[in-house]
Amino acid sequence: MASNAITIPASRVEGQPWVDRLHQWITTVDHKRLGILYILSSLMFLTVGGVEALIIRVQLIHSHASFVSPEVFNRMFTMHGTTMIFFVAMPILFGFGNYLVPLMIGARDMAFPRLNAFSFWISFFGGLLLYFSLVGANGLYGAGNAPDVGWWAYAPLTARAFSPGHSSDYWTVALLVSGFGSIATSINLIATILCMRCPGMELKRMPLLAWLYLVMSGIVLIALTPLSAAQLMLIVDRYLGGHFFDAQAGGSAVLWMHFFWIFGHPEVYILIIPSFAFMSEIVPVFSRKPIFGYPVMVAATIAIGFLSMSVWAHHMFTVGMNSTANSFFTITSMAIGVPTGIKIFNWLGTMWGGKIQLKVPMLFCIGFLFQFLIAGLTGIMLAASPFDWQLSLSYFVVAHFHYVIVGGILFAVFAAFYYWYPKMTGRMLSERLGQWHFWLFLIGFHLTFDLMHIPGVLGMPRRIYTYEPGRGWDTLNLQITVGAFIQGLAIVIFIANLIISYFKGDQAGNDPWDAWTLEWSISSPPPAYNFASIPIVASRRPLWDLKHPEDPDSHYE
Amino acid sequence: MSAIANSLPQPPQSWILPDRGKVAMAGLIIAESAIFTIFVVAYLFYVGKSLAGPTPREVLETPIFYTICLLSSSLTIHLAAKFLERGITFAFLGFWLLTVALGGLFLFGTAHEWHRLIYEHGLTISTNLFGTTYYSLVGLHAFHVTAGLAMLLIVAIFALGGRVDAKQSRRIDVLSMYWHFVDAVWIVVFTVVYVLGR
Repeated sequence: MASNAITIPASRVEGQPWVDRLHQWITTVDHKRLGILYILSSLMFLTVGGVEALIIRVQLIHSHASFVSPEVFNRMFTMHGTTMIFFVAMPILFGFGNYLVPLMIGARDMAFPRLNAFSFWISFFGGLLLYFSLVGANGLYGAGNAPDVGWWAYAPLTARAFSPGHSSDYWTVALLVSGFGSIATSINLIATILCMRCPGMELKRMPLLAWLYLVMSGIVLIALTPLSAAQLMLIVDRYLGGHFFDAQAGGSAVLWMHFFWIFGHPEVYILIIPSFAFMSEIVPVFSRKPIFGYPVMVAATIAIGFLSMSVWAHHMFTVGMNSTANSFFTITSMAIGVPTGIKIFNWLGTMWGGKIQLKVPMLFCIGFLFQFLIAGLTGIMLAASPFDWQLSLSYFVVAHFHYVIVGGILFAVFAAFYYWYPKMTGRMLSERLGQWHFWLFLIGFHLTFDLMHIPGVLGMPRRIYTYEPGRGWDTLNLQITVGAFIQGLAIVIFIANLIISYFKGDQAGNDPWDAWTLEWSISSPPPAYNFASIPIVASRRPLWDLKHPEDPDSHYE
Repeated sequence: MSAIANSLPQPPQSWILPDRGKVAMAGLIIAESAIFTIFVVAYLFYVGKSLAGPTPREVLETPIFYTICLLSSSLTIHLAAKFLERGITFAFLGFWLLTVALGGLFLFGTAHEWHRLIYEHGLTISTNLFGTTYYSLVGLHAFHVTAGLAMLLIVAIFALGGRVDAKQSRRIDVLSMYWHFVDAVWIVVFTVVYVLGR
């Protein structure tokens, strides 16, 4: 039984010319390299989408500002939303999944390595296609260049008459092809998790991260495809003269809303479940306790997966549905708070009585706990349809979902960066810069998004280009913009940390956090083949068993 | 290291995981089902909402013969796969080619129907809501049949070259899953378009 005893030296790539190394990265089918490529492309788009957010914020810094034109403003919020959801959040989560899932379940690669490469490149080129609209979308009529229909692209804004030129087509096709990439990755993840586990890794022993990615991939299959279908219909409308969303010929704009949100709301869970996955791996390690309530955690995740399919029309309370539909979607939306609450209590239960180590990954996790809770509470408020009639399409909603996506998902992603960066690069991220990053980002985040609730309640609509003075919005908007720049500064520190630590960080070793899952049993960065010999596991914490042969988990599970 | 290695748990008695090809095809089928569901919902939502003719009642004829062709191809591909599993490659090839022929016949039926609708009744994708939803839904299905036929043909070419034997049985099973799915979707499309939609 020689597991880690055999060490085959990793292939040396340092000595090769850069063209060869670049060629290896571009033609790679290694899940670890593809994971890193996903993450790098997301960071690139994060920077672009962040600059777009700052442009929006500068335009709103005081009343009657004219930093950009109204047309550019529309493009900025459209591109910001589309970029952040489809080309930052999704790929960064798929990137971590790609990197971690095979390592955690003791596999040498994904089930379909070449399909994996295809998925990455088609998603990445989807993002490039979206941005190519800036030069390519003009078309005839001197029409606008970048998409400007909002990230929901409600009909009839996308009809030929209202969206001449090709900007909406770039939006449609970019999302369609990147959607195919996401679907393929999800199929790949499911096949990997179900079919590539190492001996002994029964479903009930899988790391929670693998479980949560399994559920997330299942949601992608059912929820992302309606968007692809709706995009196909939009293409039929725009190119073949179809009438799906053409009210002039009896088509329905509301149908597009349904189709979009049947995708749109589960998408939130597609993004948040991997964040839960990071939490479920990081919180136990830094509390020095196994996860509290493992089976309940899995059950709650599956419950979220099912419930997420039945809540979409809470985005449409103001459309004018009947009271049965309103009640149904209010109840389902509130019901989803139950499994989510279970998760929060499980993480608290994990921390309770643990020896908590306040390293940077744990700081971000604790931030996540508080912020995700508040985001959930405003979510419950908005789920009540009468409340939503009052505040739908206001900055209150903008504050709510940024609380989820930034305060929840992004914080969890940062935690994942600080936690797994040593595994990916072999070097630790600087703790000092990490502290700066965390605290600055925390301050900036709360300045921006706590305050953003207030102008929403005062009546400030989302996507507004500018506003009149004297409504009590000015000071708040100024503070919000200041907060946005503080967040920008924190991101700059984060990127600097990534770069500096890559060259100058402390050597990480195999297992810098004294963790328990299989990825920490091999060298950092792992060799191309991951495991010299396929590991055998007998419990949920295989590394604990290895480190404590006198008291292994397998005696208790 | 050796101390750790010695403490490694024993491998389980049997460790059999599902076939990744079948799992992946099941995933693809789930995803495709969701896409078809959206198109079916759109079709049903717009039944009777066209502002101008022609209507389904006026122009559609139920394609009973071609439906029987497609549905029986599910049986033939199943038999082909079974024969391959048992290593009877000759019978496999026969039923495989029959499947291709039946699939091709179905596609011809669709083409024939579209030709009639376009040239006799002037119904195109942009004529009215019925045209938009009909050509999209039936066309999406026909596209899947075409993709399936392409894959069947590739296998047929290899089989004619004598390259397909029982060792490929697992892969043939995966492909036949897809073909069964395409047939099952046709039952839904047929019901929606030719039964409920009229």
